[in-house]
Amino acid sequence: MPNRDHKTNKGNLMASCSLLPNLLCSFPAMSDQYIRDARKVIDEGFKGLVREYVGVIDTVVQPLQWFLNYLEKVFTNSPWVLVLAVMMLIVYLTSRSVRITVGTGVGMVLIGVIGLWNDTMITLAITTVATLIAILIGIPIGILMARSDRMQNAINPVLDVMQTLPSFVYLIPVVVIFGIGKVPGLIAVVIYAVPPMIRLTNLGIRLVDKEVLEAADAFGSSPGQKLWNVQMPLALPTIMAGINQTIMMSLAMVVVASMVGVGGLGKNTLQAINNQFFTFGFMNGFALVAIAIIFDRASQAFGKRLQKHSEVVHG
Amino acid sequence: MASHGIEIKNLYKIFGPRGRDYIEAVQAGLSKAELNEKHGHVLGLKNINISMPAGGITVVMGLSGSGKSTLIRHINRLIEPTFGEVVYDGLDICAMTENGLREFRRHRTAMVFQKFALLPHRTVLENTVYGLDIQGVSRDESAKRGRYWIERVGLTGFENHYPNQLSGGMQQRVGLARALTNDADILLMDEAYSALDPLIRVDMQSVLLDLQAELKKTVVFITHDLDEALRLGDKIAVLRDGEVIQQGTGQEIVLAPADDYITAFVKEVNRGRVIQAGTVMRPLDGPADGMRVANTTTLESAAKDMCDAGQSRAVVVDAEGAPVGVLDLHAIVSAMVTPAKTEVPKLAAE
Ligand SMILES: Nc1ncnc2c1ncn2[C@@H]1O[C@H](COP(=O)(O)OP(=O)(O)O)[C@@H](O)[C@H]1O
Ligand SMILES: [Mg+2]
Repeated sequence: MPNRDHKTNKGNLMASCSLLPNLLCSFPAMSDQYIRDARKVIDEGFKGLVREYVGVIDTVVQPLQWFLNYLEKVFTNSPWVLVLAVMMLIVYLTSRSVRITVGTGVGMVLIGVIGLWNDTMITLAITTVATLIAILIGIPIGILMARSDRMQNAINPVLDVMQTLPSFVYLIPVVVIFGIGKVPGLIAVVIYAVPPMIRLTNLGIRLVDKEVLEAADAFGSSPGQKLWNVQMPLALPTIMAGINQTIMMSLAMVVVASMVGVGGLGKNTLQAINNQFFTFGFMNGFALVAIAIIFDRASQAFGKRLQKHSEVVHG
Repeated sequence: MASHGIEIKNLYKIFGPRGRDYIEAVQAGLSKAELNEKHGHVLGLKNINISMPAGGITVVMGLSGSGKSTLIRHINRLIEPTFGEVVYDGLDICAMTENGLREFRRHRTAMVFQKFALLPHRTVLENTVYGLDIQGVSRDESAKRGRYWIERVGLTGFENHYPNQLSGGMQQRVGLARALTNDADILLMDEAYSALDPLIRVDMQSVLLDLQAELKKTVVFITHDLDEALRLGDKIAVLRDGEVIQQGTGQEIVLAPADDYITAFVKEVNRGRVIQAGTVMRPLDGPADGMRVANTTTLESAAKDMCDAGQSRAVVVDAEGAPVGVLDLHAIVSAMVTPAKTEVPKLAAE
């Protein structure tokens, strides 16, 4: 049977190709040898470059390593009761919602019961660090973009490309430059998660009411005073939406980044896929979904609370 | 702080990337429509010359799109002029440096906006002291001054409310308090009351007049409503298509409209509230006895006083109380209903 299929296929191919010159029929690729050589040259050149700057790269990356390790230690070494209490407190303070707070408690306890507390802490640590870094990088870039149309026109295409690239693809340059490990994973996560932060900061500032800005000018505000007294506060709800998206994208990318050596729930998921561990995979999936929902609900509720005074009730 | 007048001289504004290039053509008579059609630039203001008296309210009136907002924004240079001067206290505002302009805006001008333009995340008090925050005044000091003006505009008790908890009229009181707290000589009001309901608008006009009687600021008030202009304006300038087509006191404009456009405007006005006793009185022809009215009394209130007193004739007196003429009910009624043109000669009395 398979043999016959093969034959008919070939027959079809020959039938449609017989009228065409070979050049148009099968793609005229460069010779394998040529491609192999070219790849080798480029790879060697790139590696040489990385090797040359390894000192610089290490010094840049070192603080990230320390910060990440420190936070991971804090999360995993503290008694779970304490971590849970602090988490619920933070969730309550941001959302002011008993429902979300109780949900957080229940979700985390279930995670602990199925034995994934430690892995979840590792994932939380890297997500937290990645989000903080994305905010620190994203907000200033967003502000720059909002201040100049030329800046916006220059950065927007870069963001477009970043957002269309599949998440896997980010891992390639990161691994080549930084190698395998937690920190390269972290860097990949930050690069993947930063575009919405930049975009929504820019958008939020650009959407600020022109008349309010004019009022700020009329009272003699300097550009800095305008930024801090008017633009940032009024853009805050939009910026919060950016933070929310950045958190969710970090969490998604942390799972993918397990392929380059990030631990935690992502690593377990990868194992489950490789070994077809259905239940184990399911449990990890549950833990990921639970913390995703917690992050999402808490940050959204916070954003809504910020928006309370910005709504126009009376014209 | 002593008030100073504002002199606007030969001011032109052409919107568009190369506005300056068309100045000569516009000065030579290129019309707004031609400029727009041939060169794609918009003529915002054309040869504006207005002298705004110190300590008085100058009203700029005109229909939507006539260039009122453009004009008032030249006084604190929120819009850059294409040509001309705006002089205040011997300084050309159009020639100020960036820092000089910022200082000028901080200390000499304050502005009230049509859509209030309050900061939604700041409370009433925090909005009120915005100008002082910008100047770096300590919160202790600014809160004290802010509370005073909040009380003066009638918002005591609302200091800690947010703008979106207030009605439109109350929000504009905040806008006014914010401007007054700045303690600036120039008060710029761009259609400040146009978004308010008619009754609240009249209320706010009274607030402004009461405060102005005491503060004597140099106020520039924009409106598209002639009644509002007549009630507030010590001086009124009427704009059309970026040009001043008439300026003068309310009475002058009502009694002698410069063209059909203004005549149409003026037709619906309650003349009894604009024309003054001194304008329609007859020369003194007999004994100066009986009831008296001041020559600046409006016909409406003179008529009311005379009816209340059961008199049909009154002696008009000047500011010193010296008799200058007589007025009877017949003259009042005919002035209130006759078309403007017949009274033009009487304006010589001014
Ligand atoms: N930034 C601008 N660019 C081009 N045209 C403008 C600009 N601002 C105002 N204009 C034009 O100038 C004219 C006067 O506008 P404006 O001063 O806002 O009128 P008003 O306040 O009397 O309604 C209008 O024709 C308007 O379209
Ligand atoms: Mg306007």
